Parts: sequence; structure tokens; C-alpha cells
Amino acid sequence: MGLTHILVFLAAILLARLLFRPGWYARAWGWLLLGGSALAVFWMQPAVPIRNFDFYFPTATLILVTLCWAITAPAETRRARENWAAGGVLAGIVLIVALTRYLGLEGLLTPTRPPQTIIVLAVLVAAAVISLLLARFTRPGPRLVAAAVALMVLLFVLLKTPALAQMAGGALRTLMGQEAALAKPTDLRWLGFSYLSFRLIHTLRDRMIGRLPAVTLREYLTYAIFFPAFTAGPIDRLERFIRDLRSPAPLQPDDLAVAGRRLLTGLFQKFVLADALALVSLNDTNAGQASAAGWLWLLLLAYSLQIYFDFAGYTNIAIGLGRLLGLRLPENFNHPYRKPNLTQFWNNWHMSLTLWFRAYVFNPLTRALRTRSRLTVWSIVLISQTALMLLVGLWHGVTPGFAIWGLWHGLGLFVHNRWSDWIKPRATELNASPVLAAVLPPLSTAFTFVYVSLGWVWFALPDAGLAARTLLRLFGMG
Amino acid sequence: MKTEPRTLFNALWKGVILFLLANLLFAALQPGGLSRVSVYNSIFPGRVRLPFGENIQRSYNLSLYDLDAMFASLALRPEKPAGEFRVLVVGDSSVWGTLLRNDETLPGQLDALGLTCAGRKVRVYNLGYPTMSLAKDLMLIERAAAYQPDLIIWPVTLQSFPIETQLESPIAAHNRAELAALAAKYGLALDTAGLPEVNFWQRTIIGQRRALADLARLQLLALPWAATGIDQDYPETYTPAARDLEANTSFAGLSGPDLPADALAWDVLRAGMAAAGETPVLLVNEPILISRGANSDVRYNFFYPRWAYDAYRAQLSGLAAAEGWAYLDLWDAVPETRFTNSAVHLDAQGVGLMVELIAPGLTCER
Repeated sequence: MGLTHILVFLAAILLARLLFRPGWYARAWGWLLLGGSALAVFWMQPAVPIRNFDFYFPTATLILVTLCWAITAPAETRRARENWAAGGVLAGIVLIVALTRYLGLEGLLTPTRPPQTIIVLAVLVAAAVISLLLARFTRPGPRLVAAAVALMVLLFVLLKTPALAQMAGGALRTLMGQEAALAKPTDLRWLGFSYLSFRLIHTLRDRMIGRLPAVTLREYLTYAIFFPAFTAGPIDRLERFIRDLRSPAPLQPDDLAVAGRRLLTGLFQKFVLADALALVSLNDTNAGQASAAGWLWLLLLAYSLQIYFDFAGYTNIAIGLGRLLGLRLPENFNHPYRKPNLTQFWNNWHMSLTLWFRAYVFNPLTRALRTRSRLTVWSIVLISQTALMLLVGLWHGVTPGFAIWGLWHGLGLFVHNRWSDWIKPRATELNASPVLAAVLPPLSTAFTFVYVSLGWVWFALPDAGLAARTLLRLFGMG
Repeated sequence: MKTEPRTLFNALWKGVILFLLANLLFAALQPGGLSRVSVYNSIFPGRVRLPFGENIQRSYNLSLYDLDAMFASLALRPEKPAGEFRVLVVGDSSVWGTLLRNDETLPGQLDALGLTCAGRKVRVYNLGYPTMSLAKDLMLIERAAAYQPDLIIWPVTLQSFPIETQLESPIAAHNRAELAALAAKYGLALDTAGLPEVNFWQRTIIGQRRALADLARLQLLALPWAATGIDQDYPETYTPAARDLEANTSFAGLSGPDLPADALAWDVLRAGMAAAGETPVLLVNEPILISRGANSDVRYNFFYPRWAYDAYRAQLSGLAAAEGWAYLDLWDAVPETRFTNSAVHLDAQGVGLMVELIAPGLTCER
């Protein structure tokens, strides 16, 4: 989401708020959010080297969400007449975008010319038939939902594993009559898929355990592709999202004040601080060029701040835009670098992602280990923390660097857990000393920040060998 | 606390008024001192050559037009340490050192010789800037005077001389007032009136946003520059300068065989020599690639047909002799194998050959 996207979104939202009469909200606001989000998914999609895939990826997003709804929706919700309208709106938007090929409007809604309309129609008909068959002849039983989760995970692994992504890219290139040998792992730039898949898995998993609220296709689609949060989160929960979605109201001064503050903060964090720091942050070029360890530390510090301001900036922008639209998106960052230990850092960094992993990985895994094995407490903590953080790392990409970054934090969390247990009985003793009580908190915060920053080396440098050498050089070795 | 619509409206209009006021104040006051505030030479070491770069991420450098900021980033202070014999080298990209590391450039290699002059240590500074224009060189020499040089070395080549190229250097084109003042001072026939004038609105914060952003970026890039010592993008491969040439014999719209004196900016050259004041200037005709490829019977290289270059050399040496200037003609001093991506860009060994010929001209003992 670039600055142009954000400013256009802002202008469009304010215009819609100005034009809407109070009586229209209940009837039309939800539809406006759906239509706007569907169009935004196409508009934000960057160019893809594989022909027409800057059109097919957004289309696949909409189809995937529709299929997941068809799988998860209870029978009575599937029958609601409103779903036909939602399907029609969706198909209409895809067709409108496809028809821009005849208007010479390349670049307006899609980076390149959309494919031939007949092919788009065929894709839409196929998607509609499959959705109808699913909705008509299936029940959201555990097997079907589990299969859908497995398919989603497989697709995720395919897109996030460089070797697999390159193979898939080669196959798609062949399909589109392009040279397969030119395929690269970065060809499959499916915008927003990382977040989309986690939202969909959340609904599928909650359907399995019977916690998912019944929502219409329009509500489900709007939740999954809500444009302020589509590219960089936060990952909301469906039951919380639809509470706001179902109670649209005219904009209140409070909303405007909060949204304005979040937007200004976010724009400053992303487009001033983060973009400026990007010029001086650690990267695979300057990591090998820095002449001394001191300079490397400064480059690493810049990276630590850049990644925070970049991400926190986008979150603020998403929350600000969401608030203008009448939806309160969850917080994602709460001063994580000010926290005195790694556990608190992860409770305050990319909070919606960690909550997701805690709900769907950590808690079930810990429960299973406790009930089905005779492992000691510390080994359960070790296994569950490292497994959790390894998965968080792999969510960013299936590469050795991200895996090591995940393990770095998993082991850090484990060590902190053991340290907390050890120090707890001695805390009163320590706090009795005014010097220690004054010195320990800032020292703990500094130590946590350094540990997190050293972890970023694995994150910033895709080559694990270079990352290892850089870590050694940071300490004057190598 | 509930926000009242009136509070919001008040905050909004006050914000707008303050922003407008800040813009008007900025335009009216034009805080030129801002450009001279620099993290270079204080927090971070100064740069060895003037900022110039297209690929900011790989070169840790950028091109900007603010001469004050550019000079403030250089490791060259107006105060000269006692015992320093200060040599400033002005010129185009061949002096700046395209594709060369700082210790490989002409100033870098001259500095590394460790010369002394009348007991003073010779320190050589790079004031070269890519783009070929004598007017741009004149602007740099005029500023160089503030740095107490003991000697200025000024390598030139014919491509810097045509009248129409004088204002094409971005440095010249974006510093209209400074160039116009120089034109008036030295009576130059430069059409500075054709350069874009900065109006009041372009002097506001909004109008100056690009210049202000460039200034901020230059300061930020001090960190990677200091950390790596790198200030340009060194591609793994480059397209070598053409050896096989087109049969075209025209130069600057002329087809020869005569090169009219008024086609070249001799007045700007004279102004440059005059701008140095009492400081001696060593004028150098830069080495050029002398091709032996196709059509090399009519052209020396991509830039120069033989007739134009020969006429230029004759006129330049004649003028130097008539004016009594210290002049060194190195046009054929470097074999064609030592040229890199342009007919005037040398590799380190090529520069070394040039250094051997210039160093004795410094009339200093080793």
C-alpha cells in the first residue's frame, strides 16, 4: 500500500461519509465496504512477471474467500438471498475490472491489461459452479474443513518456499506461453496472501470447533479482504469484526479525531521515519562492506528501528482508515522495544499474529503435550516455544534465515521462562536493594532490545551464511 | 473524553494556518544556513568527493543541486592547517573518478605520492563533478577560493567547451542566481535568462520539498558512507567506450574543417583562470581515447571528430601560451586500453600515467 493508495482511500472514504445520509447506513454501507475492498484488492496488486497474473491473483483471492465461506457457512446462512447479491456484486466487479482492457485503462485498476473477457467469464462460471455445489451438497463437517485447512497450508508453503515457488512459477509461465526457465522464486507476488490465509484458516478452524458465528457471504468477504488491513494486517477475528460491521453509523467527531491522529502518526512513521531509515539500515550489500563492528551495530540499530516504524506505521494507517470506515481494528504494536523481557516483547509485537499462533498452535500443542506425554514442564515449554516461534519465522518465508530467526526467539523465550521461574522467589530480595531496583529495569529493556536486534540479522540478510558472518563481525570476530 | 466537532474544526484550521505561516516564513527568510548544517566533519567523516550518484541504495550517494550542502559534506574545511600545501583539482567525471575508488582517482593518487612543497605537506582534494561544462567548473573554482588553495589543477576536455553545453550541467541549471552573478562579474556570454527562475512559491517549504528531502538524505547517507567508505555504485560489468565509430564528422552542429572561436566558451575558461585570483592554476588537457577501430581515420573517439579536436588543441595551446598559463597537454598520454566506459574515463593505471606527468609540474621535491 503506497502513499497514493492511502491518499486515494482517505479521499474516497471522506467523500462517501459526506455523501451518505444517516438512513442509508443500515442498507448500503456494508455493500460499499465490500465493493470498495474488492476493487482495492485489484488496484493494490503489484505487477507480476507471469502474464495476466496481476489480474488472476486478486481474482483467486475473491474465489478462495467465496469457497471458504461456502465450506464454513451453516446451512441456514447459505440459503439467505443476500448471498446471491454478494456473489453478483463480486462477479460484476471482476467483470468490470476485466472490461477495462477495452477502455485502454491499463494501470488504473490493474498494472497490465486484463486477460480476454471470455476466459474471465469461464473462470467466474467455474468458480460459481464449485461454490454452488459446495453450498448445496456439503455440510461444514470436520473432514471437509480439515481438508480446506490442509489445502490452505499447502498453498502457503508453495508460495513461501523459494524452490517450490520457482517451480510453480515455471509451470504457470509455461501455461501462459512464457519461458519457464526465466522463473524466479519472487514471481508469485500474490498480494496479501499471508494475511488472507491466516484469516481464512482462523474461520475454518473455528468452524471445526463450532465457535464461528454465522455470517453472510458479504460479511465474510468484507472481513477477509477489508482493504485497510489487507496487505499488512492486523489479523482481526471474525466475531469481533462483524460486531462493528453490523452496526454502521455516521462518522462521529471522536472517530475523526482518533483516525486523524492514527493516520498522521502512521504516515510519519512509514513514509518519513521508516523510509529514511531504510537508506541506512543493515542489508545484504552493506553487511559485507562495513569496515568495523561499530558501524555494523549502527546499521543494525537503524534496521531495528526501520522495521518497527514500517510495520507500526502501516498498522496505524490501517487502524486509522478502519476507524473512518466505522471498524475498530485490533492493535498490533504496543511499544515493544520498551519491554523488559522477550516474553513481553512478543506480547506487544505484531500482537494479532502472535495471538493467532497462540490460539491455533501454542495452546493446542501445549495441551496435547501435557495430556498425552510424560514430558517435564521445562521440556514442554522448550518444545512449544521453539515450535511456535519456528512457525512464526516460517510464516515470513520458508528459508533457513527465517527459520533460524524463529528458533532464536523460541530459545530466547524458553530461557526467559526458566529465568523467570528461577528469579521469582528471589525477587523480594532483589527489590530490597534500591540500586538494583533502579538499575535492573532499564538494563533488562536494553538487553531485550539487543537480543531482538541481533535476531533481526537473520531476518534482514536472506543468506544465512552472510548473517552468521555478520553476527560474528558484530562482536569483532571474523 | 468525547471530542466535540468544534474542537476538531479548531484544531484543523489552526493547523492549516500554522502550516501556511511556516511556508510563507520559509519563503521570505530563505534560511540558506540550513544547507551548511551538516553531520559530515562532525559526527561522521567528510566525503572525499562531491556528492553524486544515481543509485542511492548501492552508492550511498546522491545527486543534488545545493552547492552549500555539497561543499559542507566534503572533508575540506575553509581553515587550512599550518604546514599544508593545499591543491584542489577541479573538473569533470574523469577527475571525480567514475568507476574509480577514492584512492585511485587523480586527486587520490596525487595525494598518495606524499609530496612536500617548500617544507609543507601537499594535500590534494577532489573537487571534480560529473557533467561536462566549463560554467560548472567556474562555479566550483569560484567557491574553491574560500578554501585557501595553494594550487588549482584544472583538467578540461573539448566536450566541456561548446557554448550550448554550458548550462546543461544540473549544477549550473539549478543555480541560476549564482551563475548569473558570475556571468555579470566576468562578462560572460551565457544565456542565464533562459534558466528557470525560482519564484516565491517555489521558495516555500512545499516548493522546496525535493531540495529539503535531498538535504536530509545526504545527511542520512553519512552513516553508510562512513561505515563502508563507498560513494559510488561499482557495477560488476560495464559497456566499454566505443572503439568502432560512426563515420559522422560533425561536432556541436559544425562539420569543419574550421572550428570558429565563438563556438566554444573561451570566455568561461578565461573567467575560470581569473576566478582563481592569485592562486596558480595548472590547466590540463585531459587524455582522450584514441581509437584504432572502424572510422578512426575521421574520429578519435565517440565524442570527437579529428578535425574538431585538432583545432581545439591548437586553439587551447595558443591561448595558454598567449596568456602565459601553466598548461599541460596530455591528450595522447594514455593508451586506449586504459579507458573504461567513456572516452575520457581512465582506469587506475591510466590515472597513474597521468599522475606521473602532472606530479613534476607541482614543482615540489619528493
